[in-house]
Amino acid sequence: MSAGRIEACFAALAREGRAAFAPYVMAGDPDTDTAWRILKGLPAAGADLIELGLPFSDPMADGPTVQRGAARALAAGMDTRGVLALARRFRAGDPMTPVVLMGYYNPILNFGLDAFAAAAAEAGVDGLIMVDVPPEESDPLADALEARGVALIRLATPTTDEARLAIVARRSGGFVYFVSVTGVTGVKEADAAAIADQVTRARDATGLPVAVGFGIRTAARAAEVARIADAVVVGSALVEEIAQSVALKRDPAPKVLDTVAAMAQAVRSARVSG
Amino acid sequence: MPLVLALEEAYAHAKADEGFQAELAGYLTTYVGRPSPLYFARRLSEHHGAKIWLKREELNHTGSHKINNCMGQILLARRMGKTRIIAETGAGQHGVATATACALFGLPCVVYMGAVDVERQAPNVLRMRLLGAEVRPVESGSATLKDAMNEALRDWVANVSDTYYLIGSAAGPHPYPVMVRDFQTVIGRESRVQILETEGRLPDALVACVGGGSNAIGLFHPFLADEDVRLFGVEAAGEGMATGRHAAALAGGRPGVLHGAHSYLLQDDDGQILEAHSISAGLDYPGIGPEHAWLRDVGRARYLTATDEEALTAFALCARLEGIVPALESAHALAKLAEVAIEVGKDGIVVLGLSGRGDKDLAAVAPRLERMA
Repeated sequence: MSAGRIEACFAALAREGRAAFAPYVMAGDPDTDTAWRILKGLPAAGADLIELGLPFSDPMADGPTVQRGAARALAAGMDTRGVLALARRFRAGDPMTPVVLMGYYNPILNFGLDAFAAAAAEAGVDGLIMVDVPPEESDPLADALEARGVALIRLATPTTDEARLAIVARRSGGFVYFVSVTGVTGVKEADAAAIADQVTRARDATGLPVAVGFGIRTAARAAEVARIADAVVVGSALVEEIAQSVALKRDPAPKVLDTVAAMAQAVRSARVSG
Repeated sequence: MPLVLALEEAYAHAKADEGFQAELAGYLTTYVGRPSPLYFARRLSEHHGAKIWLKREELNHTGSHKINNCMGQILLARRMGKTRIIAETGAGQHGVATATACALFGLPCVVYMGAVDVERQAPNVLRMRLLGAEVRPVESGSATLKDAMNEALRDWVANVSDTYYLIGSAAGPHPYPVMVRDFQTVIGRESRVQILETEGRLPDALVACVGGGSNAIGLFHPFLADEDVRLFGVEAAGEGMATGRHAAALAGGRPGVLHGAHSYLLQDDDGQILEAHSISAGLDYPGIGPEHAWLRDVGRARYLTATDEEALTAFALCARLEGIVPALESAHALAKLAEVAIEVGKDGIVVLGLSGRGDKDLAAVAPRLERMA
């Protein structure tokens, strides 16, 4: 069961007394082969859970860094089928690490909700984060995913109040993705002290682990967030390294995996040293 | 989501508040210059063989129908206590109208505009700056209207507490399509009264151009229950439907979700949004307001397409026959008058929404018009 991989991951880390480190990479960025080499290297570099971006032409919740990552991936020919193929290839070699896809609704709607859910489950995908589908509009998607055992992971933000959290919790699974800043990915910096209460509230209201993302760019910041959250998501900082390597005509994979290793180490030692 | 829910609630209160409606009506009369005339276009009528009336939205302050909606939303923003206004714009007409409303109330204004549109609509960029607005060119994606909307949405979610997003088209997340329609129905309500006064009966057909579709829905909506009034929306066929380089979401798109609205969209096999193409920046949007999609699907309205070339011909024709230089957007509606005239016959009454004036387009169309002449 795929939802089981996410639960097992958080249960094991709870026993270790630490937060999960969850890198986000855009599928197909900057090309399929490089993205594959990064993806398959993530668990060894210290990723506990992987968020794999579904590239979209109009990523309105993303800042410039992830926008450009999506544009590179699309230009290199990545599409929804290609993302599922990458996930399937990853799962063939790694039966344990949860993989969550994150993206926008139109390509999924276009694929067909039931067909997508079936293909995602078959590829060993554990959850789906849809940035532009509010709970009020997500029943058809939730029906399709539930039938295939893929978790629908919902977002909460600093503007999400108690009443709204109850709506967010309904039919959601896996974990709650707490957006730590008001705004888009990779622009503002998260403030762990400011969001600690909100993270606790989200955990209490939903009964799910809380992953924090959208504003964590350094190992130090990752460690701070790791003290209050169940998972730390880092995305734009990794996508930016890909952009820089591409600009210098270097292979991005070693640099991205080194950064992942450093951040994973910071997350692992956060609660001990903190 | 909480921010659009808050907007929905605030709008519902304002809509039901007589004080709000009276304040809006006052500004529409004394500042915008409403009601706009319904003008009998004698020479166009002779040319096309039907009784053609033009609803003169181009005579509004700022030169288009966009100000109707901006006045409504700026008053709403003030009621909500917002202190900063953002907007997206394609042709610049909505940006100019927003900048105008912001100047009127002393509110800071940021207008997102695709870098391509900044180039081709230079006079409107100057006007916005003169009015005190900051114009931010958007380089991402196709650097046109949809990308400007993406960027405005990004700004809004980053600045929710003080910022009001003033959307100019009948698109975007609920309640925008409904709210923008409501503020634009003044076009149809006036037209209805005016045509009954002059012709003593309802028109046989209404015609309006459609990008996101705000002027068309504003004209159509008060006539929806009048089943004998035929409704014609005109989408931009750009270089031709067969070339794929067009902006006709209904004629050439499929259902999908963009900017929080479920409607027809130009998209590829993977559901990626395609760039729209039109000589008219204001129609250059890959989606269409959801209410138009519904009117098409239930068969209440029909949607035609006009190419760049047809729009240019109609642009020049309207100038020569009526002494009115229409916006290139409106010229798409004018381009289908011949077709509509055949349907309604020579005694048939047609009301065409002349949504804007064409001064802004002169520089862009001059080389092509000279070739045509």
